[in-house]
Amino acid sequence: MHDVINAAANFINLDAMTITYLFLVGFVGGLVSGFIGSGGAFVLTPAMMSLGVPGLVAVASNMCHKFPKALIGSMKRAKYGQVDVKLGIVLGISAEAGVLYGAHIQEGIKKTFGDAGSNLYVSVAFVVILAVVGGFVLMDAWKTYRSGSSNEAEKVTKLAKWVQSVNIPGTMVYFKSLDARISVLFTIPLGFATGMLAATIAVGGFIGVPAMIYVLGAPSLMASATELVIAFVMGLGGSFKYAMSGLVDIRLAMIILAGSLFGIQLGAIGTTYVKPFMIKVVMGVIMVIVLFSRGLMVPVYLAQLGLIEKMGESTVKALKSTSFAIMIFALALGAFIVLKAMWQGRKAEREAAGVQVLEHGKA
Amino acid sequence: MAGSYGSAKKKPYGMAIIMGTISLALYAFLLLQQETINTIFGRGGIYAFLPIATAFIFSYFHGSFTGNFWTLLGVEASKKKREVK
Repeated sequence: MHDVINAAANFINLDAMTITYLFLVGFVGGLVSGFIGSGGAFVLTPAMMSLGVPGLVAVASNMCHKFPKALIGSMKRAKYGQVDVKLGIVLGISAEAGVLYGAHIQEGIKKTFGDAGSNLYVSVAFVVILAVVGGFVLMDAWKTYRSGSSNEAEKVTKLAKWVQSVNIPGTMVYFKSLDARISVLFTIPLGFATGMLAATIAVGGFIGVPAMIYVLGAPSLMASATELVIAFVMGLGGSFKYAMSGLVDIRLAMIILAGSLFGIQLGAIGTTYVKPFMIKVVMGVIMVIVLFSRGLMVPVYLAQLGLIEKMGESTVKALKSTSFAIMIFALALGAFIVLKAMWQGRKAEREAAGVQVLEHGKA
Repeated sequence: MAGSYGSAKKKPYGMAIIMGTISLALYAFLLLQQETINTIFGRGGIYAFLPIATAFIFSYFHGSFTGNFWTLLGVEASKKKREVK
């Protein structure tokens, strides 16, 4: 109970600058989430902490803005026929289990190795997962772009074809995004991994979306839209858990939500104008840049654990600020690509409409 | 010229104003009463449903407002690609 009272006392004072800052970060985070299904959280949590919000309150408040945002985003994208609700709920439930297990592992590491150990674990998870998955996603997008097949329908990977071909009686479910029946024995570990990642680095979608595309065979647009359903299910459960301990600062959550609902609507609209491989471009670019941001912090934590030579305070400060700046850059670049692609798509559509009108006129 | 680009639909001015006003009122109440609200919401336990309910209420009104906001600015989904294959 003391923790709860302390947490309540730790709620920061809000002034106009803080509110504007949170609103803007929320907007950009929402824009990216609306487009790729996740993202934003990796900047929002440290952004709140930079204002003096305690770590756990920042995580809890971020989560409490995430689920309503994901709800609005998924409803918007459902209007465009991009959401597979069934797949989202099936993955979301196993992701919830992954979140609980991930949080449990985090607690264990924190108890044994302290804060530095826990931070090191988070950063290494970031670097390894983002390097492997982000690198793969970006390379795939690059290949599609170079081959000139970005206008064609996306190809289902060999792995996904195999997953769709396996028949395990009693576990098969039809998913409309895949237009196939697959065994839930494949979806459960994928959802679980998404949840574990969400509990570790706050962005489960970095596993969830590529998993739906490459392992299950969902089109990019449907995968990123369905991720919003997973984020809603996970976020709702997670927020309730944190709210039970009184850790949610509802003011922070709702101010970020104010900005992010503007962003998520725009990001969702943006998906209707772009070629599907753009989802992979934005996701891959963000993942790879964030990887560098977190990679910079690894030596800091190694030094804190005494595994390498101690670092000067000014070096640690410089690395921390650079890492945060790179993260903001990753999000801003992602948002820029989304807006640019959307702008070009709208322009092309307007021009095409103009030509049509002219042709009608001639006829 | 029925097919002229994006002009036929009526713009949702009324809805945007209503939802925007309610949304603004909710935010004003939250910020003006922040100390009382944080004290109650920070109690945890059974009070956990309060932040969750708040999130749903805000997302309903503000979500509707933001959707209408972009429509009023003329930012709407592509007319070509409604369905994903």
